Amino acid sequence: MLNIVVCIKQVPMVTELPWDEKSATLRRDLAAGMMNPACKHAVEAALQMKEKHGAVVTVLTMGPPVAEEVLREALAMGVDGGLLISDRLLAGSDTYATSFILAEAVRKACPQFDLILCGAYTSDSETAQVGPQMAEELNLPAAAYAENLEINGRTLRVRRLVDNFRETLEMEFPALVTVSMEKYSPRYASFRGLEEAFSDRDIFVFNAQDLGITPENLAGHGSRTKVRKVFIRKAQKQNVMITGAAASAAGEFLDRYQGMISAAIGKSIESKKKAVE
Amino acid sequence: MKEKQKSIWVFGDYRNYYQNRVTLQLLSKAVDLARPMNAEVCAVVIGCDIDEWIMEYTAHGADRILAIDHPSLIGYSTEYYLSLVEQLVGQRDPDILLIGATDFGREFAPRLAKRLKTGLSADCVGLDITPEGLLVQIAPSFGGNMLAEIVTEKHRPQMATVRPGTFKEIPHNHERTAIVERLPLPDNLSAPRVRVVEYERAVEREHTIENASVIVCGGRGMGNRNNFKKLKELANLLGGDVGATRPVVYAGWADHGALVGQAGKHIKPKILFSFGISGAIQHTAGLGEANFIVAINKNPQATMMKMADVAISADAGDLLGSLIKELKKRIRE
Ligand SMILES: Cc1cc2nc3c(=O)[nH]c(=O)nc-3n(C[C@H](O)[C@H](O)[C@H](O)COP(=O)(O)OP(=O)(O)OC[C@H]3O[C@@H](n4cnc5c(N)ncnc54)[C@H](O)[C@@H]3O)c2cc1C
Ligand SMILES: Nc1ncnc2c1ncn2[C@@H]1O[C@H](COP(=O)(O)O)[C@@H](O)[C@H]1O
Repeated sequence: MLNIVVCIKQVPMVTELPWDEKSATLRRDLAAGMMNPACKHAVEAALQMKEKHGAVVTVLTMGPPVAEEVLREALAMGVDGGLLISDRLLAGSDTYATSFILAEAVRKACPQFDLILCGAYTSDSETAQVGPQMAEELNLPAAAYAENLEINGRTLRVRRLVDNFRETLEMEFPALVTVSMEKYSPRYASFRGLEEAFSDRDIFVFNAQDLGITPENLAGHGSRTKVRKVFIRKAQKQNVMITGAAASAAGEFLDRYQGMISAAIGKSIESKKKAVE
Repeated sequence: MKEKQKSIWVFGDYRNYYQNRVTLQLLSKAVDLARPMNAEVCAVVIGCDIDEWIMEYTAHGADRILAIDHPSLIGYSTEYYLSLVEQLVGQRDPDILLIGATDFGREFAPRLAKRLKTGLSADCVGLDITPEGLLVQIAPSFGGNMLAEIVTEKHRPQMATVRPGTFKEIPHNHERTAIVERLPLPDNLSAPRVRVVEYERAVEREHTIENASVIVCGGRGMGNRNNFKKLKELANLLGGDVGATRPVVYAGWADHGALVGQAGKHIKPKILFSFGISGAIQHTAGLGEANFIVAINKNPQATMMKMADVAISADAGDLLGSLIKELKKRIRE
């Protein structure tokens, strides 16, 4: 039976936030956590392999205690167990440190894994770095942006699209793959699943010490980059404001900029009436 | 003792060349960065039959080319490239290593950084150098409408990835020369564990918005899918293309190829229309080279309105309808 670990992350729901019609602003007060979309696709890929070949699927997340929610959500979708790594010591890790910690957790808790799946990227950072860096930590053959996975014995076949090339890759287990959002549309958690996930299924919580991570050995794997300062980019534009009813505003805009627009689009929108006048 | 020659390396990513000139753009930036620190600009080119790229990178600003040309390097294997660049960096200790944020680069760079035990900042929108030779990596910062200056203080090389379209290339100059070092394939190279079974060029994606001269971008303020679809009508009238923000892509109103910003395309249209977009930094990071921006938003205080040449305070759907009607009239005349 295959042993699959899926790394999932809880991210803020920012881009899916309802937004306030009246003030036309985001309802940030409603920001809640959700499973990162690409991670959900990775869970789906694992579940499909489980259905086809038989597998034990474990989901793994590092985050604050509330991140347990995404583990429960994955349980409701059909995975077999969840691991939460939660510790103040680990807060603020960059991808360099995160990939080390997740790799340590896999070494300690699921050393028998055949396959690690990650999302291709997270919606809150978009770095797409954690998966590839974990592959380096664990010295695994790996591929990013997988659209389709097939298993044949101990061989994993990955199809993906990179830089306008369709590639088919093969590697032997154990391996690590990051899953894109092209295929593997995630299933909904069934109500029954949800109920069970919130009652009797097991979720294990680890802190840094459980994983043998101390401030000392973390320092050697700690963040490499440092934020020096943050600033706002200034706009240096003409900034002409046009107001009024839509029809008149559209007309005013075209009247004022007809020359420039005509030049850019390579055909004249200049009003002949005006030209005659 | 002679001081070590400082050097800035650019990884030569030449696959998908005609859509993607990011290596040339990075060379141009490297030339700027190298001047104050008196450094050498070095392009690393790996593959099979790569003379074309050696000449190209020479003509676009490289002082030195490190080339490994070997039949077994056909197929763009990430693992081979990792081992080779890791060894080269180990031997020569460059100060800075820049990599294009292509799909390949986004997989390759984090793994290389991990092997070299150094930091990496992704998707920089600006790069600068301090008098001490510290690379200032400017990237959108998460959450707010802010940019962050990131530095890798202690570890070398300082690594950054940059999306295609962020910098401008230097025009081709065929009279430039460079020192070309042709290096042998090391014999300690182990066979890659990932086998490339098959690869073929995919049919061109529909969206090549990087090169469109007019782009009509829509955001969540378009309200619904139907309104959003009408942007295409305006784009067609103007001979342009449609771009989108991330919530719109997530909602399925537009496909991923239309995404503009940090996580998507960097565009350089002559005219950009921005309908119902708030102007979050992750989006505007992709607008660095939009020449003339027209923003339509019902909130005149939106960031997008402030960074526009013309800000039209109106309902996006209404204005779009009027603009289409008015344009049709004028084009017919
Ligand atoms: C790591 C990371 C990477 C990201 N990468 C990208 C990226 O590459 N590209 C990207 O676009 N985003 C990206 N985002 C998301 C980005 O932060 C913003 O959430 C997104 O750009 C907002 O899109 P929007 O302007 O369409 O929506 P909103 O921010 O919701 O803005 C909608 C706007 O429409 C206006 N409006 C509402 N109704 C109307 C109406 N009827 N008429 C006119 N105007 C109206 C509102 O006033 C508002 O200004 C990223 C985020 C993160 C964290
Ligand atoms: N804190 C985390 N816990 C578990 N998995 C993570 C975490 N951060 C990143 N990942 C995994 O790495 C992928 C890419 O993340 P990123 O590099 O942040 O874009 C995610 O889709 C997850 O699979």
